[in-house]
Amino acid sequence: MTLYPYLVAGAVLLLGIIGIARSRNLVHAVVCLAVAQSATYVLLLAVGYQRGATAPIFQSPTARAATMVDPVVQALTLTDIVVSATVTSMLLALAIQIAKRHASVDPDELRSLRG
Amino acid sequence: MTTAGLAAVLLPAVVVVPIMAACLLLSLGRWLDRPTVDVIAVATAVAVSAADGVLLAASANQRLVAWLGGWTPHRGTGVGIVLVGDQVGIGAALVAGVLMSCALTFSWRYFEDIHTHFHALMMLFLAGMTGFALSGDVFNMFVFFELMGVAAYALTATKIEDPTAVHGALTFGVINSLGAYVSLMGIGMLYAATGQLNLAMLSQALTAHGQDPLAVIGFALTATGFLVKGAVAPFHFWLDDAHAVAPTPVCVLFSGIMVELGIYGVARLYWVGFSGTLEAGSIQRLFLVLGVGTAAVGGVMCLLQRHLKRLLAYSTIAHTGLFLVALGSLDPVATGGIVVYVLGHAAVKSTLFLSAGIILNRYGSVDEFSLRGKGRDARLVGAVFLLAGLALAGLPPFAVGLGKVVGEEGLVQSGIGWGPILFLVVSAVTGGAVLRAGARIFLGLGGGPGTEESEAMSGDKEMRELATGTTRLPAMMGVPLVGLLAAGAAVGLMPGIGSQAVFAAERFVDRGGYVAAVLGDSTGYASVSMRNAGWSTEGVVLCLASVAGALVVAGIGLYATALAQPVKTVVRPLRPVLHGLRGLHSGHIGDYAAWLLLGVGGVIALVIIPV
Repeated sequence: MTLYPYLVAGAVLLLGIIGIARSRNLVHAVVCLAVAQSATYVLLLAVGYQRGATAPIFQSPTARAATMVDPVVQALTLTDIVVSATVTSMLLALAIQIAKRHASVDPDELRSLRG
Repeated sequence: MTTAGLAAVLLPAVVVVPIMAACLLLSLGRWLDRPTVDVIAVATAVAVSAADGVLLAASANQRLVAWLGGWTPHRGTGVGIVLVGDQVGIGAALVAGVLMSCALTFSWRYFEDIHTHFHALMMLFLAGMTGFALSGDVFNMFVFFELMGVAAYALTATKIEDPTAVHGALTFGVINSLGAYVSLMGIGMLYAATGQLNLAMLSQALTAHGQDPLAVIGFALTATGFLVKGAVAPFHFWLDDAHAVAPTPVCVLFSGIMVELGIYGVARLYWVGFSGTLEAGSIQRLFLVLGVGTAAVGGVMCLLQRHLKRLLAYSTIAHTGLFLVALGSLDPVATGGIVVYVLGHAAVKSTLFLSAGIILNRYGSVDEFSLRGKGRDARLVGAVFLLAGLALAGLPPFAVGLGKVVGEEGLVQSGIGWGPILFLVVSAVTGGAVLRAGARIFLGLGGGPGTEESEAMSGDKEMRELATGTTRLPAMMGVPLVGLLAAGAAVGLMPGIGSQAVFAAERFVDRGGYVAAVLGDSTGYASVSMRNAGWSTEGVVLCLASVAGALVVAGIGLYATALAQPVKTVVRPLRPVLHGLRGLHSGHIGDYAAWLLLGVGGVIALVIIPV
């Protein structure tokens, strides 16, 4: 594996965090969190990728392809997507409730937890 | 039944049973009345704690290993999921179970209007914490980390009508999830470097390959995620916001065990995965730098609070710093000290939080100044609160003091002579802040707020958890309150507990033994000689010194406005510094994300740059 996927994954993660740091809207911040998480998909899938390899699906137990991409990281990515769906929906629900209670979703205007 | 057979049944059961209870409660909840829901939840938590107790007894002679679904490794490799229990890991799970039982018992009468969701989330939270403590591979550590995270975010926002609660929960959720994803990046890199997720096989592969920069960065990123959960500066900002707004029984679990599990995760990852390959000097530097910084920030911010739960939250941050410093000595005696310290801290801090909850329900506020003298009629709660404050400062025979004594001994042995001084100062400052608040509320001592105090977040806006203020303390709330404090003293008085903890810590840091047990070579422990660790004369003197220091700190806090002019001139130049430090804790999600990014860079630099 080359350095390239690491750089892409690192850049996406960085963009996500910077997006949260500069966010003026909580819904935007939650979406930036999902962007940061997609960096992990890129990294995990790239780790298991091999050029010219087949998908890890076998018709019969005896016929084995010479090379296949790593199924473990694909399973991890699937689990990761489930986790992401849970977290994102939970946080968006909280953002709606904040909009109702504070009448604003701008982090700059939420001043209840200072000091 | 053999020990291995027992482990194969009970290790998965302590994770699965609470999840099944949560599913049962959620699916049947609408037809169940409140007492039935309470009984199911408390019974599950007690049953899990009992099973943890059986496992703890069984783990005295061998490491417990359970490969789920019988997917055992074949010729040293495998993709199965493994749960591993040694005394420290099962002990952490047991603390989570016991605290959960106490918190649910307390909630029985504490909440008037909660639905089954609360109990179901508490069950999922317990499953997440237990699974994290027992997990033997890094990916499942991430999964359980997120399970306890999601349950904790939802529990923080239990009072969904409270504007501060939803704000605190969102901050907590975003920052902790960000930490989890940084961890997952690290786990991906570890897999790329070694092809393994199982901690034992990972450790073996690392030793075979030698040091690989990819694996080192992978360690730094994975550890960062756990440090976010452990509320280590500069990742600690979510903790005080979450504690200030979460219901009190939930705070008991946050401060008592969840934060400590973050530190446990880092320690487990280092000792099993990397202690053979990573340079000891750089890891020591990482733990010591972060530990001292966390202790300093937590201690100073603790003094500046008037919101009772926020004050207790900062004290937890300061103590986390001490845990990390003791861990940084890489010495088994100091590590054993942390084990006792965490037990004592869990008992004492839980007592303090439960007292704060009772105060909130009775007087409708958790603000130190608004409540001045109001608590004179609450004799029992007042006495318990002040005694717990003294115990937090290190009063013998409470286990917090014993943990400090053993920890300090280990620090001195490993050449960190300044360690005991840091322990003394932090104990005095945090204990002093708690005593100051207690003396003002329950004894009516001290004056009104000065300029510094009026800047702090007020505790008047906290929503009550009961509609009406109750004056009588129900037994369901009194028993956990007094019981936890008594447990703190009982652990400190237990004969040989210090030596046993050091013994367990020796086994915890034994990398070879862990790897052999998981790969099926041998499950027995390596033989180590039992070392003598316990109350010592110098240790008790240091403990009493920190209690005296706490009383002085409390006195200065109470009468600061009436102090003589010279003292004021000394304090005045510090004001901009304190003001600035307070300003950093802005409650702004963007600021916290920026600190996290900075912290990730710092952790990587501290691990990579050669000493």
